[in-house]
Amino acid sequence: MSASAIFVLDLKGKVLICRNYKGDVDMAEIDHFMPLLMQHEEEGLLSPVMSHGNVHFMWIKHSNLYLVATTNKNSNASLVYSFLYKIVEVFTEYFKELEEESIQDNFVVVYELLDELMDFGFPQTTESKILQE
Amino acid sequence: MTDSKYFTTTKKGEIFELKAELNSDKKEKKKEAVKKVIASMTVGKDVSALFPDVVNCMQTDNLELKKLVYLYLMNYAKSQPDMAIMAVNTFVKDCEDPNPLIRALAVRTMGCIRVDKITEYLCEPLRKCLKDEDPYVRKTAAVCVAKLHDINAQLVEDQGFLDTLKDLISDSNPMVVANAVAALSEIAESHPNSNLLDLNPQTINKLLTALNECTEWGQIFILDCLANYTPRDDRESQSICERVTPRLSHANSAVVLSAVKVLMKFMEMLPKDLDYYGTLLKKLAPPLVTLLSAEPELQYVALRNINLIVQRRPEILKHEMKVFFVKYNDPIYVKLEKLDIMIRLASQANIAQVLAELKEYATEVDVDFVRKAVRAIGRCAIKVEQSAERCVSTLLDLIQTKVNYVVQEAIVVIKDIFRKYPNKYESVIATLCENLDSLDEPEARAAMIWIVGEYAERIDNADELLESFLEGFHDESTQVQLQLLTAIVKLFLKKPTETQELVQQVLSLATQDSDNPDLRDRGYIYWRLLSTDPVAAKEVVLAEKPLISEETDLIEPTLLEELICHIGTLASVYHKPPSAFVEGSRGVQHKRLPGSAGSGESVESPDTGSAAGVPDAPPAVIPSQGDLLGDLLNLDLTPPATSGPPPPATSGLQLGAMDLLGGGLDSLMGAGFGAPPAATAAPFSAPVSGGLDDLFDLGGGVGMPMGAYSPPKTVWLPAMKGKGLEISGTFARRGGVIQMEMTLTNKAMSVMTDFAIQFNRNSFGLAPAGPLQVLTPLSPNQSIEVSLPLSTVGPVMKMDPLNNLQVKPTL
Repeated sequence: MSASAIFVLDLKGKVLICRNYKGDVDMAEIDHFMPLLMQHEEEGLLSPVMSHGNVHFMWIKHSNLYLVATTNKNSNASLVYSFLYKIVEVFTEYFKELEEESIQDNFVVVYELLDELMDFGFPQTTESKILQE
Repeated sequence: MTDSKYFTTTKKGEIFELKAELNSDKKEKKKEAVKKVIASMTVGKDVSALFPDVVNCMQTDNLELKKLVYLYLMNYAKSQPDMAIMAVNTFVKDCEDPNPLIRALAVRTMGCIRVDKITEYLCEPLRKCLKDEDPYVRKTAAVCVAKLHDINAQLVEDQGFLDTLKDLISDSNPMVVANAVAALSEIAESHPNSNLLDLNPQTINKLLTALNECTEWGQIFILDCLANYTPRDDRESQSICERVTPRLSHANSAVVLSAVKVLMKFMEMLPKDLDYYGTLLKKLAPPLVTLLSAEPELQYVALRNINLIVQRRPEILKHEMKVFFVKYNDPIYVKLEKLDIMIRLASQANIAQVLAELKEYATEVDVDFVRKAVRAIGRCAIKVEQSAERCVSTLLDLIQTKVNYVVQEAIVVIKDIFRKYPNKYESVIATLCENLDSLDEPEARAAMIWIVGEYAERIDNADELLESFLEGFHDESTQVQLQLLTAIVKLFLKKPTETQELVQQVLSLATQDSDNPDLRDRGYIYWRLLSTDPVAAKEVVLAEKPLISEETDLIEPTLLEELICHIGTLASVYHKPPSAFVEGSRGVQHKRLPGSAGSGESVESPDTGSAAGVPDAPPAVIPSQGDLLGDLLNLDLTPPATSGPPPPATSGLQLGAMDLLGGGLDSLMGAGFGAPPAATAAPFSAPVSGGLDDLFDLGGGVGMPMGAYSPPKTVWLPAMKGKGLEISGTFARRGGVIQMEMTLTNKAMSVMTDFAIQFNRNSFGLAPAGPLQVLTPLSPNQSIEVSLPLSTVGPVMKMDPLNNLQVKPTL
C-alpha cells in the first residue's frame, strides 16, 4: 500500500513528468495540488500531507521541483516519503543536479528509472549500482 | 546532445509529420520519432492518433525504443482498446524472449494495460513467468498477479495464481519473496476477511529469514505483513520480537517505523513483569529519537506516531524531553507537533526545563507558534500542579511584554488556571485588569469577563470594568455577550446594592434587543430567577464548579488501539481510522491489539475459577428464582448451592434489603416500576487474567482488556415486558470505573417516578457503587440517560450467569 502515481512538478505546479502506477487515482487530480498548497501556506497550515476529497497528496520539495505522490488508500506514509527522497538521490546520481532542466534533458532515462524504481506502487530496486544494469 | 529538443516543436501538421517518421525505414529515424511522441505526451499533448504507427515500432531489438513504445501503450491502451489488441502478439512473444529484461518488461507492461480483452491473453505468459528461472522476471511476475487481481479478481482466483504466489514466499531470492508478500498483502486488503496470507509459524519463519536479506523496501513489506499476524502465545510473540528488533537500527525511517509497529502490537501479548518486556521498552526509545534526525516530512510522520505511542505507553519516552525541544529552522508543522509532545511528557521532574523552553518560544516570530506555546504553558500548569505557580509567573512576564496576541492568549490560559486552582492566584487579577484595553479577540474578552465575574467580590471596581464592556454590547460576539450576562448576574448576587442598575441594563439588553435566542433565553431565565427566588439564583449561578480535566486531547482508547495497529500509515498521521478517509472501507473490520493471553500470569484464586474461565461471558445478573414477590421480602438471598462463597458484601445489597423491609417499598417501586436488570448485555470482552478484582481491569495491570470498548446499547427490557418501561443499556468503562449506562424510555401512559435498582447476587460480584440517580419524573414518551457506576465488591453467586430480565409489578 503506497503510491498510486508519482508526479514531478515545477514551482508553478505544472507537471513535468509523471507515472501512473496503479490507475486508481485520476491523473487530473494533480491539478488540485498547487491551489491546495497555496491555500495552506496562506493559512499557515503547511503540511506535508494534504487531501482533496479522497485523494491524498504526499509531497517533498527539492530545489525548484515538487515531487508528489498521490493515493486514495491508507498508504504507508513513511515508506512514501523515504521513497520520494530516494528518487531524489537516484536522480541526482544520474544527472549530477536535479532540477527542472535535468528532467527535460533526460526524460527518456527518467521514464526508464521510474519504471525500475517502482512497480504497481511498490518500491523495487533503488540501489544505483544495480539500476545501472 | 540532450533530449530537451524534443519538447520544442509546435508546428502544424505535426501529427502527420510524426506519422511519416514513425513509418520510416531507418531505425534511427523511428527512434527519434518515438521520442518526440513521448515528449509530446509528457507535456500533455494528445498523440493517441498515432497508436497504430507506434505499435508498429514495437518489434525491435533496441531495448530503449521498446521501453518507450511500451510506455506509450500503457498510456493510451485504455482509450484505444481495439487497437491495443494488435500489441498482444508482441507481448506474448516478448514474454519468451531470451533476454530476461525483455521478458520482465513485457510482463510488467501487460499488467499495466487495463483492457479486459487483453487480460485473458496475459494468463499464460504470466504463468510461465512466475516460474521463470530468472529472479528478476519472477519478482516482476509476482507484482503482476496483484495488478491482474485489480483488473479481474475472479480470473486470478480461477487460474490459481494465488497459490502460485503463496509458493513464491518460499522462493530462494529475497526480492521475489518480498514482492510476493507485497502482492499478497495488497490483494488481502481488498478481501479483508479471507486469510489469504495464511500466516502460520512456518511461513512466519520464512518471512523472518528473508527479512535479513531483503532490500529496505522488502523489509517494510514483510514487517507490515507481520504486523497483521496475531501470535498464538507470548512465547511466539517474544521470539518474533527478538528477530525484529535488529531492524530498529536501520537507516530507513520507514523500516524503523514498521518495526516499531510490529513490536508495539506484539508487546501487548507479553506479560508485563517479564524481564524481556522491560528490555523491549528500553530498546524502543533510541530508534524513535533517531527518527527525529530524518528529513522534515519523515520527522512529521514520526512525531504524529510518537504522539500515539506516548499516549499508549508513556514509559517509553518519559525521560526523553530534550529531543523534542523545537529547533529554530524546523518547519512549522514539526514545531507544533513537538510542542504537543512536550506537553504530554511534562511532569514534575522536567517541568522547569519545559517552562524555560516555552518561555523562549513565546518570544518567537511565528504568531501561531507563539500562541500555541503560551497555551502550552497553561496546559502544563493544569497538568503538573506543583508547577502552576511558576507557570503563572511566566505568564505574567509574558503579559508584561505587551505583545498583543501574547497578552490575549495568556489571559485565556490564566482563566483556565483559575478554573483549575480556584482561589489561589488572585493576586494576578490586578495585573490582568490593567491590560483590559488591549483585548480585542472574543476569546480573550470572554476569559477576562469570566475572571471578573468569578472574583467580583475581590475586585473593587468590578462593576466599572463590566460596565465598560457593556457599552458595545451588541457589537460583541455571542461568546462575549453570554459571558458578560452571566458575569454581571454573578456580580449582582455578590454585591446587590451597587449593581441594581447594571444588572437591569444587561438583562434588558439581552432579552429585548438581541436576536440571539440563546442569549435571550438565558436572560429570561436569570430575570425570572432573580425576581422570584434570589436564593435559588445564588445556588444556580454561584454553584460549585466541577474541576476541569487534566489531560486535554487524549485520543479515545479504542481509536488509539486501532491507530497503533496502523503506525506509519496515513491513518497514524491524520489520527483517524482508515474507514474515515478511504472510500469503500466502511465494512472493513477495525484492527485491534491482541489481548493478553494470560498464560502463567493470571492470579487465580480458588473462588474465582469460574470467572477466569469465561473470557467472553456477558456479565449477567441472576434474577431471583421462582416467586419474585417472595424474594423481594427475603432479600438476604438463599446461599448458593455450590460451596465456599466469598463473604457477601455489606454494601449495596444489604442497603436494598433495609429499604425494602423498612417499608421502603415506595422507594423501590413508587408510582412506577423498578426493574432489576438481569441484563443480556452486549458481549463485553472481559480480559482473561484471573482474579475477580482483575476481571474488569480497573488498574490497567497485567490483564489487558480487549480494548476499552463500549458496545452500543441494546434493549435489555422491551416495553411490552416492562409494563411500559423500556430499558436499553450497555456497560462501559470510563476512567477506570465500570458504568452501567442505560436509557430509560417511558412508553406507558402515565408518569413514572421513583426509580431504584436492585442487583441480585451474581457471578461477577457486580453491585452499584452509588445510588441510581434518576432525578426527574419520566413523562410518557420521554427518555432519559442514566449512568450507574458499578463496583465488583458485591456478593458473588457461584454459578453460570443467566440471562433473564424480569420486571416486578407495583405492589
